[in-house]
Amino acid sequence: MAVKVVDRSPLNFWEKTYMPQVLGGLKITLDNMLRPKVTLQYPEERPTIPDNYRGVPTLVRDPNGREKCVSCQLCEFVCPPKAIRITPGEIEDGDEHEHVEKRPKDFEINMLRCIYCGMCQEVCPEEAIFLQDTYSVSGYSREELVYHKAKLYELGGTLPDQHYKWDRKKDAEEKAAAGGHH
Amino acid sequence: MTDSLVLDIVLKVVFALIFVVVIMTLAAYSVLAERKVASWIQGRVGPNRTALPGLSAIPVIGPHLVKMGMWQPLADGVKFLFKEDPIPGHVNKLYYVLAPCIALVPALTTMVVLPVGQYLDGDIVKPIVLANVDIGILFILAFSSLGVYGIVIGGWAANSKYPYFGGIRSSAQMISYELAMGMSILPVFIWANGPGAGIGGLSLFNVVESQQAMWLGVWMPIPAFIFLTSLYAETNRLPFDMPESETELVGGFHTEYGSFKFGLFFVGEYAHMVIGSAVFTILFLGGWNFLPTFGVLPDWVADPWSLMPNWLGSTLSVIYFIGKTLFFVFLFMWVRWTLPRFRYDQVMTLGWKYLVPGALICVVAYAIIIGLWDIAFTIEETPAIVE
Ligand code: SF4
Ligand code: SF4
Repeated sequence: MAVKVVDRSPLNFWEKTYMPQVLGGLKITLDNMLRPKVTLQYPEERPTIPDNYRGVPTLVRDPNGREKCVSCQLCEFVCPPKAIRITPGEIEDGDEHEHVEKRPKDFEINMLRCIYCGMCQEVCPEEAIFLQDTYSVSGYSREELVYHKAKLYELGGTLPDQHYKWDRKKDAEEKAAAGGHH
Repeated sequence: MTDSLVLDIVLKVVFALIFVVVIMTLAAYSVLAERKVASWIQGRVGPNRTALPGLSAIPVIGPHLVKMGMWQPLADGVKFLFKEDPIPGHVNKLYYVLAPCIALVPALTTMVVLPVGQYLDGDIVKPIVLANVDIGILFILAFSSLGVYGIVIGGWAANSKYPYFGGIRSSAQMISYELAMGMSILPVFIWANGPGAGIGGLSLFNVVESQQAMWLGVWMPIPAFIFLTSLYAETNRLPFDMPESETELVGGFHTEYGSFKFGLFFVGEYAHMVIGSAVFTILFLGGWNFLPTFGVLPDWVADPWSLMPNWLGSTLSVIYFIGKTLFFVFLFMWVRWTLPRFRYDQVMTLGWKYLVPGALICVVAYAIIIGLWDIAFTIEETPAIVE
């Protein structure tokens, strides 16, 4: 390991009076005073949010507008502070997404509990929940800060992925039923 | 006779009110200035949002004033006034309430003898001052050091250990630096009462008058520096803010204080600062003298005010004086946001081992110099002294 010898020679007269250092310091702060300011005027100017920013967790839809969450409740299970509460619901027969079996009847995330850890996003088998760029959360009551399904979808929007996993599964089943060769 | 006496008293009261208002306004706005300077030094903008409903709507100027934070002191004051003002159960109530007042009153009292400008009474130049007493500087030294009682009593009455430490430190620091401060201004008064001086005495007006040829700070830099350093210590400003030192003592002497009482301490500190700067300006920077003449330039360079119409000259002299004072207020802040706090033992070492002996040497040296000067140049010209 390289050794750096620190100069420990005793202070000379001027250094003992503190004056050179004091004047040097004053010069530095004066220079700083004349420099342009770095303040962001927050509510008017907004910071640019980097990609992969972990803001509020949100639910997303696929490009066809289908809600991707199948209420498997893995996220609810993994969430460290238990911020998520899911009420699963069946999808009735005759629904256009009948083949998906399940979707959440309600999906609550308590933003006062959430610690923005991203575990829900990581665990989700359907890529249905994402921490996105909403970072400023406020409200007048605790209830207001429990975000329900509608709000979560509103914040989440649509993700442009093209998996269509459930549709492909349905097609495959239909084909199998119709002709039976793979 | 009685009429003129009544008029005299009424005028004095009016002047006193004006003084208080000006000093308090300056103190309030130095709080703003402090925040602004701190922000600038740290690359920030500082308070720039507080708006007054009517005034901020004025085109161009209105938004600009808001940006400069002009209304911020108002908002601060209102906040201090209307916040809940609890008295903790464990304090000594009488002294707890008394302390903030004691901190503020001496700072405001000293301004009684503070000349702020000059006017012409006939042909004679007179100071604009509430009481032109002959013991000016003694009065200021005596009263301004009373301010420390506010801090000591506040720290003691709070009945908890950190404020107590703050109070103790404050008194130790005051004793150490008061000495150096008192001695550092002796050369000034030796000079003001020495060769070529007018009336003599300890009044601050004479000091200003005696600086027409040369600002004392120029040829007495070391006393000036010692005085300035002690001033920082006496006003508890960084790098000497031992009584507060947030890093060790929570908030120091005012830890247990809130809302309006804290506000009094706060304004007291700034009033002290403003008045300290004013005293420094008077003692070492020629007061309201325009520029030094160095003994060769014509007199109007030092005193253009008495050549102007009386009202204009006196107003300008006051404004010029306030300008000089504000520069030192700025220096206070600039230093505060530059230097780290001294350690307690360093404060004591600096005070006792450097400033006090330094001031002593200066007294002796300047006494000899001024004495020689006196013998060489002046005695023959002023037979009055010989008689
Ligand atoms: S968001 Fe994902 S992990 Fe959570 S219930 Fe829905 S599908 Fe399961
Ligand atoms: S980000 Fe973490 S804390 Fe927040 S909901 Fe997801 S798993 Fe829970």
